[in-house]
Amino acid sequence: MNNRGGAPICLKDLDFRFSQKVKRWAGTDFHTCLQCRSCSGGCPFSEYMDYMPNGVMRLVQLGLKSEALTCNTIWICVGCHTCTIQCPMAIDIPGVMDVLREQAIAEHADILEPDILNVHREVLGSIERYGRTHKLEIMLRYKLKTRDLISDWTVGMKMLAKRKLDLTPSRIERIDDVKKIFQE
Amino acid sequence: MPETNSADFSYFPGCSLATTAKESNQSLIECCRKMGINLVELADWNCCGSSSAHSINHQVAFDLACRNLSLAPPGRPLVAACPSCTLRLKHAQQRLRNDEAARSRYRQMWGRPFDPDLSVRHFFGILAGVDMDGLLSTLGRVQINMTYVPYYGCMLNRPFALRALSDHQEVMEKTLAGVGLQPKRWSYGSQCCGTFLTVARPDIVTPKVNAILQGAADSGAECIVTACAMCHMNLEVRCTLKNPIPIFHFSEILSLAFGTSKHKNWFARHLIDPRPLLKSKGLAAS
Repeated sequence: MNNRGGAPICLKDLDFRFSQKVKRWAGTDFHTCLQCRSCSGGCPFSEYMDYMPNGVMRLVQLGLKSEALTCNTIWICVGCHTCTIQCPMAIDIPGVMDVLREQAIAEHADILEPDILNVHREVLGSIERYGRTHKLEIMLRYKLKTRDLISDWTVGMKMLAKRKLDLTPSRIERIDDVKKIFQE
Repeated sequence: MPETNSADFSYFPGCSLATTAKESNQSLIECCRKMGINLVELADWNCCGSSSAHSINHQVAFDLACRNLSLAPPGRPLVAACPSCTLRLKHAQQRLRNDEAARSRYRQMWGRPFDPDLSVRHFFGILAGVDMDGLLSTLGRVQINMTYVPYYGCMLNRPFALRALSDHQEVMEKTLAGVGLQPKRWSYGSQCCGTFLTVARPDIVTPKVNAILQGAADSGAECIVTACAMCHMNLEVRCTLKNPIPIFHFSEILSLAFGTSKHKNWFARHLIDPRPLLKSKGLAAS
């Protein structure tokens, strides 16, 4: 699964309208990408990605929609902006990743890292319920969903012992405000 | 002890500081108090959306940040201590400044117009304007003869659109220089901690975190000082090295430098116990 050199790009089914849409939504012009690979060299997690960040820029330039929406890169990227700071063309690469992730969900594309998406969904679920994140519940729900209660048992116990995980959530008073956000 | 004249700031703690990193919250409030900065918690603040909201739903991310902005009373800067929360708030603020449709949505949802003059800042931005030497002379300084590596995580990285808004380069080094703390050179000061990958992909985060902690130890530092409470948690939780060096929140160290006596519940909450190191330096004995 680790394709350290970056996966090869095949030129077929080019969808330039997709390219234009991503550009508009992300508000950044990835067509200026020089393929210098500064982003991929700096990215702390590129070794775990199928396409390197510069590869994803190429995919969206060419309108290779299906490849862009089904790569694991968009899920591994945490938006730390190490790439942005190194990009000589000032491309907001994590901004492009945000758009691709949202599109992948909207278009029911294959999600290459479903567990990471599960984490995001649990975090948002917690915010919707309480207005804030309740870490213990997020962890427990995530663990139940992925049927893995064992792996972080020791860590969880240590955090509970140090009172790092509150048993009850911190709630906001006007929760209707937040419900409204999620209903919009 | 003389205190400088108090200035009021609206304060956005964020979920990490409010829950997992209470010691970071308490020490921040304490060191600000010593500096004459009165942090008034933003009433009924909500989560900034964290990494997850902007990752999968940009509209929810924007609205969550907007609600917080709308709660801030006018004429008082809004300060956040979490680099990630700060970025989310600033991101929304910038969109509001540039986009009439966004401002109209804001008015409609929160029943008041967007305040373009609201100053949103990270705690470090305030520190940069503080005369630390003068302050330490007034308050009396506690010498901390300890070596450390400053760990900023990704807070120094920003999207280009927000690049000009602040520069937190070397804030920790400059601030701590006056009390004897010596920074060591290392390569991991701006390395990402892995953030949310820690939940679903600890297999990715653990080697990254171990490299950071090993790099710190190899530099000869006795401890790591972190700018971000989430980084702090990831480093502590995912490290599998045998004898990792302790990791402090920056605000804990700054409070110690100001001679605080309110540290009772801070250091016991760390997963990597810093108390033996502090004791060996004659600090935080009680």
